[in-house]
Amino acid sequence: MKSVTKAYRPISWPTKGAGGDTGSWRVRRPVVNTQICNKCQICWVFCPEAVIDRNEITIDYRYCKGCGVCATECPTGAISMEKEE
Amino acid sequence: MTTSIKQLPDIEQVLSGNGACGGCPATMALRIVGKALGPNAIMLLTPSCSVASMGMTPRLGYNWPCINICFATAGSSASGITHALEIMQEKGRLQGELPTVFTWVGDGGTYDIGFQALSAAAERNDNMIFFCYNNEAYSNTGVQRSGATPRGSYTTTTPSGKRQQKKNMALLMLEHNIPYVATATVAYPGDLYDKVAKAKSISGMKYIEILAPCYLGWQFDMPETVQMSRMAVRSGAWLLWEAENGKISFNKPSASIINGKKDAAPVDEYLMKQGRFNRLLKGPDAAQRIAEIQGDIDREIAFMRERAQITI
Amino acid sequence: MKAAEVVMGTGARAAALAVKSARVDVVPGYPITPQTSIIEAVAAMVENGELHARFIPVEGEHSAMAAAVAASAAGARVFTATSANGLLYMHEVLHMASGGRLPVVMCNVNRGIFAPWTLWADHQDSMAQRDTGWIQYHCSSNQEVFNTILQAFRVAEQINIPVMVNFDGFAISHCLMPLTLPPQEDIDRFLPPHEPEWRLDPAHPSSFSNVTNAEEYAPFRQMLSDDIMAAIPLVKQAAQEYKDITGMWDGDTIDTYRLEDAEVVAFAVNSMAAELKLSIDILRQQGIKAGLLRPRLYLPFPAEDIINALPQNAQVMVLDRNYNFGHPGGILASELKSALFGRRNDITVKNRVMGIGGIDLPRRFMADEIRAMMDE
Repeated sequence: MKSVTKAYRPISWPTKGAGGDTGSWRVRRPVVNTQICNKCQICWVFCPEAVIDRNEITIDYRYCKGCGVCATECPTGAISMEKEE
Repeated sequence: MTTSIKQLPDIEQVLSGNGACGGCPATMALRIVGKALGPNAIMLLTPSCSVASMGMTPRLGYNWPCINICFATAGSSASGITHALEIMQEKGRLQGELPTVFTWVGDGGTYDIGFQALSAAAERNDNMIFFCYNNEAYSNTGVQRSGATPRGSYTTTTPSGKRQQKKNMALLMLEHNIPYVATATVAYPGDLYDKVAKAKSISGMKYIEILAPCYLGWQFDMPETVQMSRMAVRSGAWLLWEAENGKISFNKPSASIINGKKDAAPVDEYLMKQGRFNRLLKGPDAAQRIAEIQGDIDREIAFMRERAQITI
Repeated sequence: MKAAEVVMGTGARAAALAVKSARVDVVPGYPITPQTSIIEAVAAMVENGELHARFIPVEGEHSAMAAAVAASAAGARVFTATSANGLLYMHEVLHMASGGRLPVVMCNVNRGIFAPWTLWADHQDSMAQRDTGWIQYHCSSNQEVFNTILQAFRVAEQINIPVMVNFDGFAISHCLMPLTLPPQEDIDRFLPPHEPEWRLDPAHPSSFSNVTNAEEYAPFRQMLSDDIMAAIPLVKQAAQEYKDITGMWDGDTIDTYRLEDAEVVAFAVNSMAAELKLSIDILRQQGIKAGLLRPRLYLPFPAEDIINALPQNAQVMVLDRNYNFGHPGGILASELKSALFGRRNDITVKNRVMGIGGIDLPRRFMADEIRAMMDE
C-alpha cells in the first residue's frame, strides 16, 4: 500500500472504550465471591462486554456496564449485584 | 460434541467499552462469532444497533476491518468484496489465506430492505457468511415492526400488537440451495461457535441467523437476556437447526422437541416474561390471541419436522 | 513499437474494450437498455479469458453500485455501467462512492427518464446526479468513450473520487464507427496499476465510515467539495498525457470548434455536439460567424476554461437536452449563467431545450434553431 498522505475517508481504528468509559453507565456493580466461585467461566462466555477475565474471574470495572447477565447466569450464586456508591 | 465453554478460544474481537446497551445480545453473539472466525475476516454492517455500538469515528469497538454500507446492500456489498479478494489473489496482489467475508446485519436488513440483495447473493452462491442477528424489530430506531416481529408483539408501529406471522427466513435461505444454513441463539454459545466454525470451512454462501433477545424492544429485565434466549428455544418459538447441502438436522435442545422426546414448554410463560406482549395478554381476547401464537409455533414445529424428512 | 489497431465498433464496444485495456478487476452489472451491450461484452470477455476479471451478475443497479463500491474498498479496480432509471436507482450508493472516496468508474449511457417510458437519449439521467459528488464527463464519439474511460480511471485513482463517463444511447452506444486501439503497453504506461493507499485489510484493521459527529462530518464534506474542484488540472493533465502517448485528443475540460472568431457560440454536450460541428459549418456558409464550445467535463463545471475561451461579446446558444424543472429552460444554461455572472458581462446567454426523449437533432435543424435564437 502507498503511504497515506491525506485522510480522505472517515476511517476508525480499533480501541477499547470506543463508546467511552462505559463503566460510568453502571448503576449496580457485579461482585464476585471467590469463596463460592467454581471458575466455570459461564459469566465470561455470556458477558457482552468482554470485561471478565476467564481465568481469574475478575471484572474490568472501567468498562463493565453492570447489565447483570453474569449474576443471573452464575450457577453457584457467586456474583452479586451491589449498588454503586 | 458441542464445543464446551472452556474449550472456546481466548481471542476477543469485540473490544470492551463499545457503545452497545448493557446486556446486548448482539455483542454477546458477536464475541462468540469472533472466537470462531478469528482476526482474518472482513465485516460488513448495514445500519443497525451494531453500527451504533461500534463507536464513532475515529474509534472502533471491533477488531476487524469493517465497512458500513447502504441498508439494502449487505448481500451485494459482500459479493463485491469477496470477488475483489479472489481476483486480487488470482492476479498475485494478495497472498496467504483469504479473509472470511461476513455481514453483521439486523433482521430489518435481512428480512425486509436487504432481502433482495441477500437472495441474489445466495442464488449466485458467492463466498460469504451472512449473519442475521435477529432481535425481532427495528430496535436501533426505537423498536418498529419488521418481517421478523412475531404475531402479537407490540412495537411502536404495531401499538395493539402485530397481527401477522413472521417469516421463516432461515427456511427461505435453505430453499436457495446454498451449502450451509443454521439458526442459533445466545444461550447456546458452544452451538453458535461450532456453526460459525463450520460455516467458515465451507466455500460459497452460508447463512446463520442468531436470535438476539433485546431487553429494550422485548421489555424484559436487562440481566435476563440469556434466560429469554433459553426460553425461546424451550418453548419452540425458536428452533435450533442447521442444514448442510440441504439436509436439515436439529440441535439440542430443539432436537428433543422435534423428535417428540420432550414437549415444548407452553408459550404463555415465555410471552408473560415480555412486556411487548402485555397488551395482548391483558386484552379481552387474550386467550384467543395466545392460542393463535401457540398455533404459529406448533405449525412451525410440525412443518420443520416434515421438511427435515425431505433429503433429496 | 507496436502500431495502433483500427477496428469497427459501437460506443458500447468501445467502452468494453476500454475496460479490458484498463485491466479492470471487478465489474458488477445489470442489464438496462441501452447500456446492456456493455455488460454483455464485458461478461463475454471475462468468460472467454480475454479479460482477467470478475463479472458479478447482480440483481439490480442499487446492488451493482453497492458491489462496485465494496470491491473498490477491498482494493480492486472497478467498473460498472448503467442508464436512466438504473442510474436513478443507484442514487443512494453514488453518494457512498464519493463520500467514501472510492474511485469507481461508471459509464452511463444517457436515456430519458420514466414516466412516461422512453428508450432514447436525453441527459436528464446524468444531470439529475449533479449533486452526488461524482466527476462527470460527457462524450461525443465512440473513440472519445474509449479514450475517456482510461482517462477517468487515472483521474479517479489520483484523487479518490468516482467518475461517470456519459454518452448517448443508440446514437453512440449502438452506432458503428472506426475505433483506434492503442497498443496495450502504451495504455499501461498511461494508466499504472491501482495501488490504493487504504483498503479493507485484516493485517491493518480499520473501519470505513462509522457514525461521525458534526465536527468530523463537516470537514469530510468540505474536503470532497474542494477536491472535486481540484480535479480540473488532473483532467487536463490526463488528456495531455494521453495525447502525448497515443496521439489522440478529444479536448480536455472543454472541446472547441471554430471558436476563436465566433460571434455566435453553440454550447452543448454529447453526440449532438458532434453534429453541431456540421451545423456550425452550415452557419458559416450562411455568413454567420458561428463556433462551438462543448464542455467535455460537466462536473466539476469548467467555469474558468469556459470564461477564458468565449470570444468577446459572443451570443452563447445553450442547447439543453434536459429540463431544469422549476426554472425556465435547461440545466446547462443555468450552470453557464451562474459561471459567467459578474465575470463576463459581455456575453449573452440564450437557451433552447431540444432532443428530449431521443428526438433527432440533425445539423440543419440545429443550424436553423441557432439562427432563430439570434433574433430573440
